[in-house]
Amino acid sequence: MTMATPTSSTTTMLDDFLVRAALAGGGLAVATGPLGSFVVWRRMAYFGDATAHAAILGVALALLFSAPVTLGTLVVSLAMGGAVSWLSMRGHAMDSTLGVLSHSALALGLVAISFVPGVRVDLSAFLFGDILAVTRPDLVVIWGGAALVGGLLLWRWSRLLTATLSPDLAVASGISPAREQLVLTLALALVVALALKVVGALLIAAMLIIPASAARSLARTPEAMALGAIGVGIVAALGGLAASFYADTPAGPSVVAVAAAIFLVSALIRR
Amino acid sequence: MSLLTATDLSLSFGGQAVLEHVSIAIEPGEIVTLVGPNGSGKSTLVKTLIGLTAPDAGRITRKPGLRLGYVPQKLPIDATLPMTVARFLNLPKRQPKPQIAQALADTGSQGLEQKQLSALSGGQLQRVVLARALLSEPELLILDEPTQGLDQPGEAAFYQLLERIRDARGCAVFMVSHDLHVVMSASDRVICLNHHVCCEGTPHVVRDAPEYRALFGPGTGGALALYQHEHDHSHDDGHAHEQHHDHA
Repeated sequence: MTMATPTSSTTTMLDDFLVRAALAGGGLAVATGPLGSFVVWRRMAYFGDATAHAAILGVALALLFSAPVTLGTLVVSLAMGGAVSWLSMRGHAMDSTLGVLSHSALALGLVAISFVPGVRVDLSAFLFGDILAVTRPDLVVIWGGAALVGGLLLWRWSRLLTATLSPDLAVASGISPAREQLVLTLALALVVALALKVVGALLIAAMLIIPASAARSLARTPEAMALGAIGVGIVAALGGLAASFYADTPAGPSVVAVAAAIFLVSALIRR
Repeated sequence: MSLLTATDLSLSFGGQAVLEHVSIAIEPGEIVTLVGPNGSGKSTLVKTLIGLTAPDAGRITRKPGLRLGYVPQKLPIDATLPMTVARFLNLPKRQPKPQIAQALADTGSQGLEQKQLSALSGGQLQRVVLARALLSEPELLILDEPTQGLDQPGEAAFYQLLERIRDARGCAVFMVSHDLHVVMSASDRVICLNHHVCCEGTPHVVRDAPEYRALFGPGTGGALALYQHEHDHSHDDGHAHEQHHDHA
């Protein structure tokens, strides 16, 4: 980590690890806010968990084949998302199936990582994230991915919303619920790949569900809830980083803990 | 030409025949009521006509570019999804405000724009879903048991509403009724389904008879009528239709 003397240029500002961490958290919130809203509306929480846990297997495979970690994560998460979508469309009882898939992927990934030769792998960085070690290339991946996910959801917004409200009404309007499900699966795999560095595989689902749930109580329209979730995500990222900086707590879990605190407050306001 | 033609539809679930060689056609501007006992395949037929379920055999032909409005039997509203009536009516396509106000007024739900869907009563939700269907300027409205859960005056009021909409907009209406014998009096045709089309006819309008008044009570304004089934066949399993539903 190079700690340059602060001057007025952007380059040196990005040299500050805290600024990079804040930008990473903010970028992630832009993607998890709207996507997390769909995860809440469609009751896909376990679906998100399974996809995120599969990321560890992706990390292991990427290390074994000397491929970029983000690519490995993306491919395996996409495969898991596709498998789960396929099973749910065939009418499988999803609760236990998702539990089996989610934990199998996590266990297999942890076993596979132990086979990676040579360098000792910092497992906790993949499980809980390492937001303070985000590099400038990481920021490009996170913001690029967030823009991609945001753009994808914005493009399909009306169709996604109609299919979420009622698959029957969607079909009658000429919308294919299966195709919209595929869009969400793709977006979820992308978010998992870019969130791995920030909050880690175990807490990605938390960043999807908690900000969106916190925004629910004050929102009157789906759009307000998605934007509110982005806002909660950004505040949580900044608050978590501040806590981590001043109280020396682990950054990723601190971000999630702040989001949980906001959720608690919003739930109390609602009463 | 017919708006929608189904020819020789057959469909089975797990070896159980649900639809057997069903053929129907819906003409512009007509009101068709579909009746049949529970489990006779009414909802499945509707889902097949709309394209939610593919038939095992048979063909569905739509008039090219047919504009179809659909009102499902139930719209489950998830409490996690915040949705105002106005936002709902703008799905999936944005609609001009005056059109939305008009559709709400036409269905007797004016002023509900800012209400949450989850805060509506069953009857209100039904009318709002109907208003959404009207926004696509449908040539054919398909409704699946729209009056289920309404009392008879409520049912009569809903039928009067549908008749006004048909008269004002000229759209055809294809409606599933949960009642075998009491149907919308403005129906041009009643089709009775029990996996296959059992009989087809016009409702028996007896609005002036004192027995009718006694049967339906005041306040139904002639919107309800009896349907006399004329089954001239018995099923392969030996049951005559009379055993499934005795005549009123």
